[in-house]
Amino acid sequence: MLQMNVNSGLGAAPNGAFARTLAQLPEGESGVLDRLDLPDDIARRLMELGFLPGHIIVPARSAPGGEPRVYRVDGSEVALRRETASHLILRPKNL
Amino acid sequence: MSDCHSCAGCAVAEAPPSLQKGARPHVVAIIGPPNSGKSTLFNRLTGLRQKVANFPGVTVEQRVGKARMQQHHDVVLVDLPGVYSLNPRSEDEQVTRDVLAGAMPGIPKPDAVLLILDCTNLGRHLVLAAPILSLKLPTLVILNMADDLKSRGGHVDTAELASELGSPVALISASKGQGVEKVFQFMEGTSGGTTSLTPPRVELPILQDIPRCRQWAHDVGTGAAYRAPAPPIWTRRLDSVFLHPIAGPLIFLLVVAGVFQTIFKGAKPMMDGLQDLIQTSGQWIEHVLPASIFRSLLVDGIWSGVGAVIVFLPQILLLFLFIGILEDSGYLARAALIADRTMAKFGLQGKSFIPLISAYACAVPAIMATRTIENKRDRLATILIAPFMTCSARLPVYTLIIAAFLADRPILGHFFGAQAAALLGLYVLGFVAAVMTAKLLKSSILKSERVPFVLEMPPYRWPTLRSLSLRLIDRSKVFLHRAGTVILLVIVVLWVLENLPVKNGQPPEIADSFAGMIGHAVEPVIKPLGFNWKIGIGLVSSIAAREVIVGTLGTIYGKEGTSESMGLRQALRSDLSPGGAIALLVFFAFAMQCMSTMAVVRRETGGWKWPVLQFSYMTFLAYLCALIANEVVRSGVFS
Repeated sequence: MLQMNVNSGLGAAPNGAFARTLAQLPEGESGVLDRLDLPDDIARRLMELGFLPGHIIVPARSAPGGEPRVYRVDGSEVALRRETASHLILRPKNL
Repeated sequence: MSDCHSCAGCAVAEAPPSLQKGARPHVVAIIGPPNSGKSTLFNRLTGLRQKVANFPGVTVEQRVGKARMQQHHDVVLVDLPGVYSLNPRSEDEQVTRDVLAGAMPGIPKPDAVLLILDCTNLGRHLVLAAPILSLKLPTLVILNMADDLKSRGGHVDTAELASELGSPVALISASKGQGVEKVFQFMEGTSGGTTSLTPPRVELPILQDIPRCRQWAHDVGTGAAYRAPAPPIWTRRLDSVFLHPIAGPLIFLLVVAGVFQTIFKGAKPMMDGLQDLIQTSGQWIEHVLPASIFRSLLVDGIWSGVGAVIVFLPQILLLFLFIGILEDSGYLARAALIADRTMAKFGLQGKSFIPLISAYACAVPAIMATRTIENKRDRLATILIAPFMTCSARLPVYTLIIAAFLADRPILGHFFGAQAAALLGLYVLGFVAAVMTAKLLKSSILKSERVPFVLEMPPYRWPTLRSLSLRLIDRSKVFLHRAGTVILLVIVVLWVLENLPVKNGQPPEIADSFAGMIGHAVEPVIKPLGFNWKIGIGLVSSIAAREVIVGTLGTIYGKEGTSESMGLRQALRSDLSPGGAIALLVFFAFAMQCMSTMAVVRRETGGWKWPVLQFSYMTFLAYLCALIANEVVRSGVFS
């Protein structure tokens, strides 16, 4: 497991009121990626597409039924299934 | 060269041609991330002087073409798969690495590299420049989509970027052809051997560290005064319609229905016309040539056999035109997104949808269309189940048997009778077999939970006539090549089997021919299905193409060999039990009776392993289900 934790210590306390993972982030709101809770090779593949710790991600439209959803990240649009998005951990908002 | 201020290391090509006749060709590799316009540039540079194959032993497509130089010999261009990095995690990245290192058998080490990047997303695409520049090959950094960058208010200083990277930089629009002359100038320079390598001014990052590479790309972009363009407004507007919760799926269904309607109804007049043309010209040849064994081979064998395959060309071309428009416009990615949830239920993904729909016309183009699926296991699963979809070649067989054995009682008024219901049932049967097989494959040998579904959404673009026509020409070449080689061979062999041994200078009765002998030989095996030796001959002949069985049965029974032939229907009714008829339908629904499909699966999977496995599995399933069908009908469950 590769845990890309750029600012270790800061993203520790999960806040129930805010989206903790990308899958929980509502359409149109933005979140900052903290780490990818995925096996190394998959995390690298997503990082190459722009899902890097510290990058801003905005959920856009989805297929009917809510998934897969398109995410705006690093200048492009990439669709992920909810299952994958739920492993992308966001930084708490108030920090 | 005043117009080419950015070509820092791109010398004027005045040197005499360094390559003599027979010398090693000058090889240039094109590399870029997916959606960077790599194929468009490749097509621009090579036009029709290109061929598609597979890299040896792998499923990765290899496109090699020639670009015509003014002052030097033709340059050999190798189009590499779209990759984001050279870290060899996938087959694509491994192949790219091997080719660039000169380690790919059959392809000489490239003398120069064209690195194509989408300049509307330069920050992310520049990441690939780091591993490419570290190879220390003469490299032209091509910033594509210059027109989009400009119209959306972006900017980049190419001269500054060139001096940072130590490589020439060309700002182009591959689809419009703007700036392509700079690419030619670069290749003239490298084939003249006048390009000197300049080390990059910026230090290259550690390639394994993706966040650092991304930071490096950002810094290089900032150094070149890169200003990212505004978001594509039209893409956002169109997505709000095409991905609308209600309008989106409706448009999707309309598109699918449109594709279906066109490939079946729209192609019909052309297919009928072609059929007539083949028949008339066959009769003309028969009329012109003296009666001989060769005339029989030419007219009854080659002409009608190859004709039976060529007839599908209009349908296949229309299908590829549709897929081409969908893919080039960017809608295919949206369709894949909408279809993904449904396809996921069968263990597949959204990108499998269009190839599977195409398979209703013909499995051959469907299997070629799976190239858009990057995930190798998903692609293989799609290839393996595509031949279960009810293709057009099954229709003549279905029509003949259904019409011969089933009275057309109305079920839902005039429009939906018993015969239509039977036909629909066969479509459903094929679909169910495909879905079950997909589930089986994805839960066993092709399990791929570790690879997540990732789909990049390209901006919408107008498809260009040039790209569409090149694709059509390429695909029809592949299809006709199949019809012209594999099918021709099978047809000749079948003709020989049906017309030998010669008795008293005359071809034998079909029962006494080699084909008849084979029919008799397989009779014990197919008897439990309710088939006699005549059907056996038909089954053997249909290996060339499914609908060939109709013509063969016509010959055997001495009747007109078409599915409308009343005589043939009558003959079948008296020779085949109802159980055998149902079993025959079931057999054709499942069996992989198609040499073209086998040949294309071999080509696309890079070996015989998968087509042989697929053929065995489908034949086994066909036999088993036909046996069950025959037994059930015979035991009188339905009477």
